[in-house]
Amino acid sequence: MEFADWISDARNIVFLVISLAMVGSAIRVVTSPNVVHAALMLVVALAGSAALFLMLGAPFVAWTIVLVYIGAVIVLFLFGIMITRAPTGRDSVRLDHERRWPAAIIALATFVTIAWATTVAFEDALISEGVTTADDLGSVLFSRYVIPFEVVSFVLLAALIGGIVLARKDPDQ
Amino acid sequence: MIVNQFLVVAALLFSIGIYGVLVRRNAVLVLLSVELMLTAVNINLVAFGSYLQDQLLAGQVFALFVIAVAAAEVGIGLAIVVLIFRNRSSANIDELDLLKW
Repeated sequence: MEFADWISDARNIVFLVISLAMVGSAIRVVTSPNVVHAALMLVVALAGSAALFLMLGAPFVAWTIVLVYIGAVIVLFLFGIMITRAPTGRDSVRLDHERRWPAAIIALATFVTIAWATTVAFEDALISEGVTTADDLGSVLFSRYVIPFEVVSFVLLAALIGGIVLARKDPDQ
Repeated sequence: MIVNQFLVVAALLFSIGIYGVLVRRNAVLVLLSVELMLTAVNINLVAFGSYLQDQLLAGQVFALFVIAVAAAEVGIGLAIVVLIFRNRSSANIDELDLLKW
């Protein structure tokens, strides 16, 4: 498909804007000298992914991303930054390794490999336009996928107990 | 909308996450980069689900599972980071060389 044909669809312009904002904020996440700014830039990247899920017709997953990631996980990260007194850019502690170029080459090679493989495999295959409601998702989640669902809830319980046990102070000391 | 545009954006986010995991020294920032990589995987799952028109909605269901497991991973990971910081008063992963001979 030619780029002129692709960009003539208005939804693809929206997609381009969202993905450029996502990639820019993702680059800031990994390069920012301030840890708090990195965590807040991750909010922009996650909000962009929620917008992509809306475009893909998955509104329930999009709002779950907003609730769980932007609402809970980022707050957890900010608490972690506060407790570990991570450098916030005002002091001279470096957040990056000296050897950035090997890491950049590895990341670029990964991107080229994956993007080449998907471009060769899928070329111009179109996605379906249908929208999945929370109704559809809920009924399939509690019939076909009920055992994995229960396993995930058990994982969450184990993580809850593990987090409490790890983070609390030992009363004997 | 073609499926490949979502896959290429996800690949870009994934490789940015790899760069962050490799280059960052602070453990909290490494966990942030891991979250970027998990987001890329979620975009892939939902895009494939939309492409395959799966009646069982496997892509979206497993994206929800990935979100739940990622939340558990962040909870445990940050608890470990806080514990390491309490014991060694540093959260830099290149200073944690206790297992290095």
